[in-house]
Amino acid sequence: MQWLRAAVPFAVVAAIWEVVAQSGVFPPRLFPPLEEVAATLVRLSTAGILPHHAAETLFRLGAGFAIAATAGIAIGIAMGRSRRAEDLLLPLVSIGAPIPGLAYAPLFLLWFGLGNTGSIILVGFVAAFPIILNSWTGVKAVKEIWVRAAQTMGADSRRLFRHVIFPGALPYILAGLRLGLAQAWRILVAVEMLAAVDWGLGWLIFGAREFLNTDAMLAGIAVIGAIGLTLEKFVFQRLENYTVVRWGMMAA
Amino acid sequence: MKAAISVSIFLILYETVARSGWFAAALVPTLPVVAETLWWMLADGTMARHAAATLYRVFAGLAGAAATGLVLGFLMARYRAVESFFLPLVSALMPIPSLAWAPVFILWFGLGDTATILVVFYAASFPMVLNTWTGARAVNPLWLRAAGSMGARGPAMFWKVVVPGALPLIITGLRLAFQRSWIAVVGAEMLAASAFGLGWVIFDAKEFLNADIMLASLAVIGAIGFAFERLVFGSLERSTVLRWGMVRAAKA
Repeated sequence: MQWLRAAVPFAVVAAIWEVVAQSGVFPPRLFPPLEEVAATLVRLSTAGILPHHAAETLFRLGAGFAIAATAGIAIGIAMGRSRRAEDLLLPLVSIGAPIPGLAYAPLFLLWFGLGNTGSIILVGFVAAFPIILNSWTGVKAVKEIWVRAAQTMGADSRRLFRHVIFPGALPYILAGLRLGLAQAWRILVAVEMLAAVDWGLGWLIFGAREFLNTDAMLAGIAVIGAIGLTLEKFVFQRLENYTVVRWGMMAA
Repeated sequence: MKAAISVSIFLILYETVARSGWFAAALVPTLPVVAETLWWMLADGTMARHAAATLYRVFAGLAGAAATGLVLGFLMARYRAVESFFLPLVSALMPIPSLAWAPVFILWFGLGDTATILVVFYAASFPMVLNTWTGARAVNPLWLRAAGSMGARGPAMFWKVVVPGALPLIITGLRLAFQRSWIAVVGAEMLAASAFGLGWVIFDAKEFLNADIMLASLAVIGAIGFAFERLVFGSLERSTVLRWGMVRAAKA
């Protein structure tokens, strides 16, 4: 019943789209009817073209995000634990973070080349900022009393980190990873348009422009939206449920 | 002071790398070269023209998004039917990165301002709608009942209670919308602009290996973003919600 009610707005929008498309006000190449978009989606999927594009994009996303997560958590925790690291890095991070990630794109493509290397490094660089800032805040937000309690019970600094500081900072770190992944995803789609890669969803929709394949574009956008939604809903909510929610640190 | 030390350490490192001759001077220009380029672009007015073009696109898109977002957000908070119609659509469209629409808009409206402004509009709309909606629903019901028992009806209730009550979240929404549009405009200009704009000039500089122009424009993009965040939104908050005592200023 709830699904049905949520489906109504989509049906209305689809109907309006269909009426406009069939009316012939706009050329059908530019404003294709929905069944054509659906047919293209099926055709490109079964021919293996769309899965190939999506696989390449997900590979870049994974590689870039892995760099961002590793570097971001390491730098953020270092900044939270050591005063010197904080003094040194915080100003640089605060300057770099608000600059739109895409503004760095041409520079990175120039330095690291077109294609995979440049785009993966850029995605990693841009996605690292929210992860650094959140990990840093997380370490700072660990309750002083937990640290002191563990210390009086004789925890050395390694066990203090493993059993108190890291779990204590984890809700923030996970929030940072989530923001980082969302940013990586947004940047990646745009970078693929700019970086002249051979495969990738961003390239699929941008390349389709040359041949006025609006149906392929819309099919690509639908896949991009679906992947974005999946990353947000399923990957991270799962991860949170397994860790911080189960430990009672956050309400589900 | 600490920030100045950390930034100078970074700049000295950069300068050392740039002068070491490991990389081509065109790709890693020394700081005096970048400063000179920035100075010339500022002095002869080209930078001002690029910045003006970009700001025009941001504000056109942002104004549209703010108008749409405020109206839709308040209607969604007030009427159940509007909410249940638009909420599923908003949730489905939100995970699609705004720049994924760029090729479609380019195809429909050609290269230039319209496509860029539409991308900005798409990026900025979601935070505006969601924050207005949340803000209007989060207005303390006690205030509504108090104003109601003192005889406030319809328009008076809306303008004197609901709008000011929702304002802290609306301003946050505007802030997020600006950040999103600042990111989107740079990307959209790289893809769709044809003559002017900060994003366009960075991307165009790649063709001629002008890393100095890129770095100079990057500095300007960062400075404008920073100025808006601090000056415009800061003073907007000070003159409204802070002055009314609805939120407290963060401790400095």
